Amino acid sequence: MGPADARHLLNRTGFDAQLREIDAFAALSRREAVERLLAEARTEARTPRPAWAKEWTDPRLIRQMSETERQAFVRVQIERGLELKAWWLREMLGTDSPLTERMTLFWHNHFTSGLQKVRSPALMLRQNALLRRHALGNFGELLQAVSKDPAMLVYLDSATSAREEPNENFAREVMELFTLGEGNYSEQDIKQAARAFTGWSIDLETGEFRFRYLRHDYGKKTVLGRSADTGEEVLDILLAQPATAEFIARKLWREFVSPEPPPDELARVASVLRESRYDVRAAMHALMLTPAFWAPENRAALIKSPAELVVGTLRQFGIAVNDPLPFAFLLAGLGQDLFAPPNVKGWPGGEAWINSTTLLARKQFLERLLRVDETRMVMQKAMPRLKPGARRVLQAMAELQFSGSEWLASFEGRERMVPLVMLAAEPAGNPSGSGVEYLRTLLADPVYQLK
Amino acid sequence: MNRRDFLAAGIGALVIPVAALAQSPGYRRLLILVELKGGNDGLNTVVPYADELYYQLRPRIGIRRDDVLALDRRTGLHPALKPLMPLWEAGELAIVQGVGYPGPNLSHFRSIEIWDTASRSDQYLPEGWVARAFSGHPVPAQFAAAGVVVGGSDMGPLAGSMRSISLAAPEVFLRQARLANPMGKGRNSALDHILKVEAGIVEAAARLDAGVRFTTEFPRGAFGNAVRIAAQLAANPSGVAAIRLSLGGFDTHQNQPGVHQRLLGELAGGLAALKGALVEAKRWDSTLVLTYAEFGRRPQENYSNGTDHGTASAHFVAGGHVKGGLYGAPPRLDNLDGGNLRHAVDFRQLYATALEGWWGVPATKALQGRFAPLEILRA
Repeated sequence: MGPADARHLLNRTGFDAQLREIDAFAALSRREAVERLLAEARTEARTPRPAWAKEWTDPRLIRQMSETERQAFVRVQIERGLELKAWWLREMLGTDSPLTERMTLFWHNHFTSGLQKVRSPALMLRQNALLRRHALGNFGELLQAVSKDPAMLVYLDSATSAREEPNENFAREVMELFTLGEGNYSEQDIKQAARAFTGWSIDLETGEFRFRYLRHDYGKKTVLGRSADTGEEVLDILLAQPATAEFIARKLWREFVSPEPPPDELARVASVLRESRYDVRAAMHALMLTPAFWAPENRAALIKSPAELVVGTLRQFGIAVNDPLPFAFLLAGLGQDLFAPPNVKGWPGGEAWINSTTLLARKQFLERLLRVDETRMVMQKAMPRLKPGARRVLQAMAELQFSGSEWLASFEGRERMVPLVMLAAEPAGNPSGSGVEYLRTLLADPVYQLK
Repeated sequence: MNRRDFLAAGIGALVIPVAALAQSPGYRRLLILVELKGGNDGLNTVVPYADELYYQLRPRIGIRRDDVLALDRRTGLHPALKPLMPLWEAGELAIVQGVGYPGPNLSHFRSIEIWDTASRSDQYLPEGWVARAFSGHPVPAQFAAAGVVVGGSDMGPLAGSMRSISLAAPEVFLRQARLANPMGKGRNSALDHILKVEAGIVEAAARLDAGVRFTTEFPRGAFGNAVRIAAQLAANPSGVAAIRLSLGGFDTHQNQPGVHQRLLGELAGGLAALKGALVEAKRWDSTLVLTYAEFGRRPQENYSNGTDHGTASAHFVAGGHVKGGLYGAPPRLDNLDGGNLRHAVDFRQLYATALEGWWGVPATKALQGRFAPLEILRA
């Protein structure tokens, strides 16, 4: 398929690739390349999980703590929350299966939960592992599993819902955001479904899912015209609706193909999803082989998320990162605080990623990256005056080893490939200069923000 | 609801004389919008403390009679709103009860979209309502920016306004602005968007001044900081017409009392500081502050010591030109609709008040219909 197509496939479905990765795929046909990506996708992270991954503290014990003990406990949780963000970034930076991380991010932004409310980094980590395990698996299984996932039970209040006064939060969001999409259900459906989910809770001793049968409403419920007893049945009713396959297909399309799917092509991907009984791998296979995925007018038509911009840039330049945490702060500043989406709808993405604040912060990151060598002294001098978070970001930037001229030299005479590697389409401006100055103008070009 | 219903409900909703609309837009008058993200609980903010039903619906989280800051014999404020009392006593704080819209949507995202775009409940509009007013009646070219979103990530009511920017802090903005360099032509909407943002940065940076200092102290925290930035922007003579601030965390499904107390304290402290700084800057008389949120919350408390998504709610209107007092209609807890409050004032009436009454911009087009402004501003 050639290097331009290889670059497009790798960058659209992963993080910005290096020349050697592009070369490795360029010799394959589109179909071979897509199948190889899907076949090689991981289901487990390669970065070892933090030691506390399985820890759980009974909330009743937390309530019994003295004020000092409680404060110490909270400090540990905050520290672990930061470790968690760094852990995922390390995985994104180092993975040999970027597609898996992009899909995990996709599901994190679909089945959102956030540390702000869940408060337990261990539960968020378990949810992340669940999303990765099913990232290219079966959507129906993922929906059933994530609905009983402890972080989700806390995030959308299922854990405290009971038949006397069912909490409607999960019932509403599962329809609006996880399956059907707005407009495909009524307020009555939400009230009925909320009753079916009563009793889905957490075992306070273990932090695992537990069905509290005394809290469950055993009465008859009718959701979307079909009767249901249990929460599982409600989810099956939602999965049986054609709107669900279309909703998921549309979201995948917007993430990987273009801002607005043409109705007929969308219908085709949705039918693959439905007919395969929600096999995400089959849907992605269809999506990546649709002509629209490769169409010239759809190249550089999507805006990179902060994670794509930062992780992609570091990977593309082959920059080693010792401490990824500062880049988690950077992502937060760019509007994508990992494990802490703004609300249950997740990050709106697309054009909403870019406003004057975030665009300037993106450009500042890119500019500093190219100047690490010359500005290391300046950065170190500025650090004492900064707030701790900003200081750590600058510290990490100062520690990076990147030489633009060495990177250019690695092209070994194929320098005409540089703009192809770096930009998803022709630059908007006129890149000029030579050597590192040329790299700088490519990074400053608005097209660098696109994928 | 027709006009007769309004008057019957005791609302002084009068139509602003048409003559006032003929004047050129008064964008020297500043509009500050404060979003209470997550859906503020109106009933625990402006408390119907004489209503027995209120305490029946909220046995655990209701604000006790002894604790409310009484405004009259049946309505009082949450005690955390104490910093707003001087504004109330000065007659510069209007409280509009029962603000909502027909066919309420209980989803955060959809409902805030309805509020941000001033759409009907069953309609999707791409632009914010303020942006739409600006495109019909442009803000003068010498303004640094038409609107500024402080500290937020979404542009809300300013979405689609090409001359609006978002910034975290003016100093940082000015330092970084040199990195913006709008070059080349757009080829698709994503690239167009980036180029527009770059152009907006260059334009605003040429005119903004970050040097203003105040003796007023601003509360600590993100909201206090946003208020400080708003005051700096307001004090700047090359100005902006609209500023949007936001305070998040109002989605109090669980353990509401402590969280709500803190949030209302931040809101009241911030607004009191805003007044202090704008009085210093001699801008208070030319500033109108409006709060808004996607919805209020369900009158019946839930099992988790919180409240679920509701409909109509109370909102604040403050400023040197505001005629203080209670507007709208007190909550009718004996006449709920599916467990939720019926609205008495359409949110677009508040917007019409800002557009027509404050700026002198015709509102019918921006709001897609005639909504009677509230008689809430002094001449």
